[in-house]
Amino acid sequence: MSGPIIEAQDLRFTYTNAEGVTPIVLDGVSLDIEEGSFVAVLGHNGSGKSTLAKHLNAILLPTGGKVYVAGMDTADQQKLLSIRSTVGMVFQNPDNQIVANVVEEDVAFAPENLGVPSEEIRRRVDEALAMVGMSQYATHAPHLLSGGQKQRVAIAGVIAMRPRCVVLDEPTAMLDPIGRKEVLGTIARLNREYGTTVVLITHHMDEAAQADRLVVMSKGHVIADGPPRTVFQDVEGLKAVGLTVPETTQLLWQLRQAGCDVPLDALSDEECAQVLSDFLTA
Amino acid sequence: MALKDITLGQYFPGNTPIHRLDPRTKILLTLYYIVALFTAEFLLTYALMFLALASGIAISKVGAKTILRGMKPVVLIVVITALLNLFYTPGTPILSFWIFTLTVEGIWAAFFMTVRILMLITGTFLLTYTTSPILLTDGIESLLGPLKKVRVPVHELAMMMSIALRFIPTLIEETDKIMSAQKARGADFETGNLFQKARALVPLLVPLFISAFRRADELAVAMECRCYHGGEGRTRMRQLKYTRADWAVIVLGLLGCIAITVMGHFGL
Amino acid sequence: MHPILETRKLCHVYSQGTPFEQTALHDVDFTAYAGEYLGIIGHTGSGKSTLIQHLNGLLKPTSGQVLFDGTDIWSDPAVTRQTRFQVGLVFQYPEYQLFEETVYKDISFGPKNMKLDEGEIDRRVRQAAEFVGLTEAQLAKSPFELSGGQKRRVAIAGVIAMEPRVLILDEPTAGLDPVGVDAILGNIRDYHQATGATIIMVSHSMEEVARTVERLVVVNDAVIPFSGTPREVFRHGAELETMGLGVPQMTRVFLRLRQLGVDIDPSVYTVEQARDAILAAKGVG
Repeated sequence: MSGPIIEAQDLRFTYTNAEGVTPIVLDGVSLDIEEGSFVAVLGHNGSGKSTLAKHLNAILLPTGGKVYVAGMDTADQQKLLSIRSTVGMVFQNPDNQIVANVVEEDVAFAPENLGVPSEEIRRRVDEALAMVGMSQYATHAPHLLSGGQKQRVAIAGVIAMRPRCVVLDEPTAMLDPIGRKEVLGTIARLNREYGTTVVLITHHMDEAAQADRLVVMSKGHVIADGPPRTVFQDVEGLKAVGLTVPETTQLLWQLRQAGCDVPLDALSDEECAQVLSDFLTA
Repeated sequence: MALKDITLGQYFPGNTPIHRLDPRTKILLTLYYIVALFTAEFLLTYALMFLALASGIAISKVGAKTILRGMKPVVLIVVITALLNLFYTPGTPILSFWIFTLTVEGIWAAFFMTVRILMLITGTFLLTYTTSPILLTDGIESLLGPLKKVRVPVHELAMMMSIALRFIPTLIEETDKIMSAQKARGADFETGNLFQKARALVPLLVPLFISAFRRADELAVAMECRCYHGGEGRTRMRQLKYTRADWAVIVLGLLGCIAITVMGHFGL
Repeated sequence: MHPILETRKLCHVYSQGTPFEQTALHDVDFTAYAGEYLGIIGHTGSGKSTLIQHLNGLLKPTSGQVLFDGTDIWSDPAVTRQTRFQVGLVFQYPEYQLFEETVYKDISFGPKNMKLDEGEIDRRVRQAAEFVGLTEAQLAKSPFELSGGQKRRVAIAGVIAMEPRVLILDEPTAGLDPVGVDAILGNIRDYHQATGATIIMVSHSMEEVARTVERLVVVNDAVIPFSGTPREVFRHGAELETMGLGVPQMTRVFLRLRQLGVDIDPSVYTVEQARDAILAAKGVG
């Protein structure tokens, strides 16, 4: 970890909607994302988490405060391409991100836009497809792939820019369990093996549990920030903002409510089983 | 189901000499072919062109069956055109009943028109069946390149075309889904007169348009995120390159085209 | 128990006679009993979507029969059309089917197609809206002004308004946040209790079906390998895993607990059952 790749300073965002109302979507968010980290941003619909994501690569510009990407102010129009190639963005619906009708042509789209020489594009495309495990589908038509495969192609299309950070806005919301597993595995590998900084926006508790750091948002504010096992211990606080905790934490919490002396910080199946085993044999 | 069976404009991957030709070569060749088709007026020239077309199809391994299947949607148009030509071409009458008059010229006109349309369609099918849409748009962009100098947005047009091609299967699938959903609510797309049928399409078309606009919005943002900023400074992974085979085919095609025009001139 | 929907040796083959031929259902015998809350699970491509589209006559069997209340739904075109209304089907992401100017009009689309009179349509629209928690003010709004979760409830109301005896929902909670999920599942449960209609819910979330349905049908590779109460079905943990379905998290934790040498019944699948099982074990030990 070598300093923040993204810095949001007192970020505010508001807009005027069709009815003339001006809702405050982000209300003073300050956040540093360390290079190489895996951060999950959790929040219910309307918490401001997607709006936050769109500020991280200058799709939206703050109405107050600043966002810096690798030291570049996102409001600086001159730096737009460098900002967007430093922070790649993957969205919910893979169908609406894929531009070309051949997988490898789609992955080539971003480097082509950046004016990368042809041979170098070829290298990057092959490498990106290998990273997401989609090499054998290079010449396939995207519309014939499964949801999970399409989303991996979308991820490859972003990492072909060689971004230092990838922001994923609910990338698994439209996928079935197999597709979710594929995509989450790809994201984890991207972070652990290739050192890419990952910001995962989600409302799935089990996905958030995989991150090193968990940021919880509600009503445009950051209301909790820390390692998942610490953040999830506040079961009631999360429930109050319309979120739940993983079933493992829920079980331990309910046992504590019933007067049992069990720790709350066991997240995985194994850890939870171990805690229960220790409790029962104590 | 029927929607998914449309093969019009579809690409059949392969690695035949026809597939390997530069898309620009194939586009030029198709243009020659169309010009020749409309200047040719006599049996012999048609026969020659048919021979060229048939050998093209044979080499491409697309299969006559696929071509014939692709013809289905245009059969009606062909039949109507033929009938119009048959009865409305003035000339020497051979048969007359009610308001219809069959003429010798009409028979010939109908025959040539049918052959022309069918060969025109088959020829363009051969192009789209053997050239991936992305190469096709690349080819068009490259051929129209000189127009950029006179401020024609060639890159943008090519990009629009390639995105349209990309979304056709997605929208077809979506149409199927919305139709099923509305049928489940009792919508009836099959019975009724023309007016009722048109009205029945509202529950299908409104969601389809809304969804297409939403997709367009999301796609635009995703493209921006991937640093799209128009054609300026853009490179391509695959660069089009004319090979010796391309030049040979282009020259041969041109000669053939000239030959057919000349033959037509001399009434052959 | 009275079977309300049955399939007998139901087969469905897509694109028959072409190189793309694909068997989606093979000799499937499926039964839904009147008034039950049934879950169907299976991964994408297992055949579950094909199955539910046969249940209301949207798809025609390649061979085999679909019976509604003992009558073959394809015996007569009038019966087929009637089945559409008796067996309501809510598709995945149903909010994408909304098209009318107001929420009220959209919900009334189904009842209108049933050729009901104005008064009856009005009663049904209002009742359906109430079931899904839509307010009077929202009925007058354009459906496109609503939030994602609200749109979905409008779409569900559009099917409920036909007052079907069987309500089938394909992944009704897909893409919603925890609050949205609970709201929709609550609406469905209320509807079930108030009307006694049969509910068939398709899902791929094991945790979700575990805490809502009475009986589960598993679809895999064009057949139904097993069905039963959640407890019975989750005993096939290893097989479910190979089908890409898995078992609920609590079941996994308890299986692990047994591996650690704790003698405990692993057939729990909700947090409450797990808590009670642990408390009972502690109480005894």
